[in-house]
Amino acid sequence: MFSQKVAQQSLRRLAVQQPNLMQSMVMRASPAAIALGNVQKRSVTSSTEKEDPTQILARQRLNRPIAPHLSIYKPQIGWIGSSLHRITGVALSGTLYLGAAAYLVAPTLGWHLESASMVAGMAALPIAAKVLLKSTLALPFTYHCMNGIRHLTWDLGRGLTNPAIIKSGWTVVGLSVTSAIALAFL
Amino acid sequence: MASLRSTSRLFAAASRPLFRPAAFARSYATVEATQTVEPSPSENPNMKTFKVYRWNPDTPTEKPTMQSYQLDLNKTGPMMLDALIRIKNELDPTLTFRRSCREGICGSCAMNIDGVNTLACLCRIPTQANSESRIYPLPHTYVVKDLVPDLTLFYKQYKSIKPYLQRDTPTEDGLEYRQSPEDRKKLDGLYECILCACCSTSCPSYWWNSEEYLGPAILLQSYRWLADSRDERTAERKAALDNSMSVYRCHTILNCTRTCPKGLNPGRAIAETKKMLAA
Repeated sequence: MFSQKVAQQSLRRLAVQQPNLMQSMVMRASPAAIALGNVQKRSVTSSTEKEDPTQILARQRLNRPIAPHLSIYKPQIGWIGSSLHRITGVALSGTLYLGAAAYLVAPTLGWHLESASMVAGMAALPIAAKVLLKSTLALPFTYHCMNGIRHLTWDLGRGLTNPAIIKSGWTVVGLSVTSAIALAFL
Repeated sequence: MASLRSTSRLFAAASRPLFRPAAFARSYATVEATQTVEPSPSENPNMKTFKVYRWNPDTPTEKPTMQSYQLDLNKTGPMMLDALIRIKNELDPTLTFRRSCREGICGSCAMNIDGVNTLACLCRIPTQANSESRIYPLPHTYVVKDLVPDLTLFYKQYKSIKPYLQRDTPTEDGLEYRQSPEDRKKLDGLYECILCACCSTSCPSYWWNSEEYLGPAILLQSYRWLADSRDERTAERKAALDNSMSVYRCHTILNCTRTCPKGLNPGRAIAETKKMLAA
């Protein structure tokens, strides 16, 4: 009994130290293999070419559609107001830059953009055109100003609850429309 | 047999529409598709139509479609998730969506319902039977299948903010890290976040800049660690955020606060983060 145990132990030690040697012994189904209880040899079933699973994932991603976003999101005062703030900001600064540049090049190109001729040109327009022109200029300006104040209060960390956001949003809309009309009839 | 097959093929070709309206649409646009109706409605049925976004990765070239399902609300539970589960169990087993806890604590069933991001399990079915409900996956996410979005990037971003207590000095008595009730109170409204990604995917800034902007959910989590009195790496955390993209792509659109199904306030957390960075 004891000698059998010693033989088994030494074979196991050999298997650890020299696995190659042991494997060839196992292949030949030697008594040692039987002693180790390690006769079964399983063939490899996975494919020979191993593919990186992250590459499969990356290839899948190429096919994936992007879920619809802007077109399906519910129109809410928050993000609609924010996009209007951006649009009016771009329009206002664009007008400023274009106007300033035109004023700068006016003498060389022979345009008459001095205040006197602008005032005279404006006075010559019918009243409806005056109001329309003034309100289209005034509304982006008043909206951007009022909403800018709203943004500044947010940056102070105030008025950031849901009811306050909705209320201030509609307040800005109301105030900017009324003040734009007031400016248009000035 | 061969002749039979060829005739059926001819028939299929003839029944195909001449013009495919989807050809004019953008890649994310959807095509209206077939309708599936409740198999056995009750005596006095209260029918409602659910239009659900469908896309199958096995046929990737086919456009996403909106599939209609009609359910009898008398036989359906009160929540949107109940409706989806009934559709899957009784009308169409191929409909795919994530769900787990059905009580708003796991965040699996986050989706866009009637234009607003929310958890399907916390969203009541609007009871006006004549109106239809439209269900989409979370906006501007890559769709894995039907209502299942790919949130790999979202989780990677969460990992990037090191969402764990960072501390070098042990406490004096070697016991737990204590904080005052006032300091603990600062974490209220922050620790409840379940990372369902409703807020991040409602944010237009995150739609356009998701690679670099962290998005409201991750920034709320980030602030949760900035505000924690026990954390000792506040300066490092602030330095990691102090660039043009991580925080400052937030333009206070505040869709996040509006949409959070848990009633939290990511917008306020970001505003506080900005204040901390400016101080």
